[in-house]
Amino acid sequence: MLEPFVVGIVVFTLASFVGFELITKVPPTLHTPLMSGSNAISGITLVGAIIATGAGSDTLSTVLAFVAVASATINVVGGFLVTDRMLGMFRKPKERIAEDGEGT
Amino acid sequence: MSESVRALLYLAAAAAFIVGLKRLGSPRTARSGNTIAAAGMLLAVVVTLVDAEVSWTVLGAGLAVGAAVGALLAIRVQMTAMPQLVAAFNGFGGAASALVAGAEFVEADGLDIPAEILATMVVSVVIGAITFTGSMVAYAKLQGILGGSPATYPGQRAVTGALALGLVGLSVWAGIEGQAAVFWASGGLALVVGVTGVLPIGGADMPVVIALLNSLSGIAAAATGFVITNSALIIGGALVGASGLILTALMTEAMNRSIGNVLFGAFGGGDGGGGPTGGQVRTTSPDDLAIALAYARRVMVVPGYGLAVAQAQHALRELAGELEERGVEVYYGIHPVAGRMPGHMNVLLAEADVPYDRLLDLDDANTMLARTDVVLVVGANDVVNPSARDDASSPIYGMPILEVDRATTVVVIKRSLSPGFAGIDNPLFYREGTLMLFDDAKKALADLDAAIEDV
Repeated sequence: MLEPFVVGIVVFTLASFVGFELITKVPPTLHTPLMSGSNAISGITLVGAIIATGAGSDTLSTVLAFVAVASATINVVGGFLVTDRMLGMFRKPKERIAEDGEGT
Repeated sequence: MSESVRALLYLAAAAAFIVGLKRLGSPRTARSGNTIAAAGMLLAVVVTLVDAEVSWTVLGAGLAVGAAVGALLAIRVQMTAMPQLVAAFNGFGGAASALVAGAEFVEADGLDIPAEILATMVVSVVIGAITFTGSMVAYAKLQGILGGSPATYPGQRAVTGALALGLVGLSVWAGIEGQAAVFWASGGLALVVGVTGVLPIGGADMPVVIALLNSLSGIAAAATGFVITNSALIIGGALVGASGLILTALMTEAMNRSIGNVLFGAFGGGDGGGGPTGGQVRTTSPDDLAIALAYARRVMVVPGYGLAVAQAQHALRELAGELEERGVEVYYGIHPVAGRMPGHMNVLLAEADVPYDRLLDLDDANTMLARTDVVLVVGANDVVNPSARDDASSPIYGMPILEVDRATTVVVIKRSLSPGFAGIDNPLFYREGTLMLFDDAKKALADLDAAIEDV
């Protein structure tokens, strides 16, 4: 097959198209959870940070890796949790009427 | 674990991201979509840990600290502060991508790095750094730590431009030659450019800025994915990069300004030379208004940033409940750039228990306005300014607005006649058929609620 880098470009391009198609379908009402949710996904960089902890053993590398892991984890944990919290607030109309116990 | 299995599992994680984002397209499936994406992230992390050469102490410490901080912020922060929280998280993500690329550079330690890997290292560090400082400045502006108006100084555009050009040059040099000093210099300069780029942008343009920075953090992650050859990062980063770009485009379209104008135009801040013109306004009081509201058939509420600032979303919900008990139909017209983040108003109203089928986007709201008896404009200004439609000389001309003047009666709840973000006057206030209710939003809505109970 092709060199890994070129394959990476292919994957990147295809994924971008997929992203484009997916996001245009999200209604404006969900744009805030979309931003926090997609932001959490960008925390996938945590995978790289984890690998980086095993890299060098000198102080600089260790500190860099620690900060990288901590930062990425804040992004991931915080992002998914706050998105879940927000989405829990979007109540279905039917649920609401049932809970209020009144018709309109 | 063989590399092939690992790669396939990363692919599964990326697939979870895609499914999750797809489900984010509807309020019914959105929450489970988020959970699926989170599961994908967990899978990716676990796969990385198996058979990996990691330092468990550093890793454990980093994960613990990050999880604690992230969870605390996510659970405690109020919905009105959501824009700044997203900005802050975004910044951390950008920083992480830059640091990982930096760590890889340090580890390579002068050995021959293949040209394309070096290039993506530079891209990752530079974009990650810009994302980090840019997001932190956005956070500070939204949180009120820095002033909300654009911070301009003479020659500002020249300086920003020069720095940006310098950064491009330095990055290219770093990418080609790969000397450590140049590499770190470009990273450092990128940190500066992040600050100088976002500092001159005003508070109400932050929706665009955050969306753009969101995209950049995705691109930085993707670049890091190239550096360490990891498809989960490449795919995840590409998805987020595309997502942010689309939101940025949607925002600029909704404001009818180009991205260049938003980033470099130093728009707004109240010195557009258009303070109140001193025309006559008609005022009303909660008691008078209560009668009109109670006997209306349909009421539309147009919320703006002022609602968020006054923390009035719950008072609004109470009022709406009171009206609905009397058989009044209540809808909410949400302009795409109302608030400080795309969809900000929707989240605030959802928090206040407003069912999402009552939240209308721009086109639906405008259609319904012609058949609306009373419009309540709460803390919104520029998004209901008819100058955008009628006055070709207005700075906001061409921006799609909520055409509240189509309704029978317009009530504007505002603290004073001071201009909105665009710094211009709003003819809506002076026209016949518009009533002004000068008060704090929360108090006004509570007073209205009480008054209606007495009708």
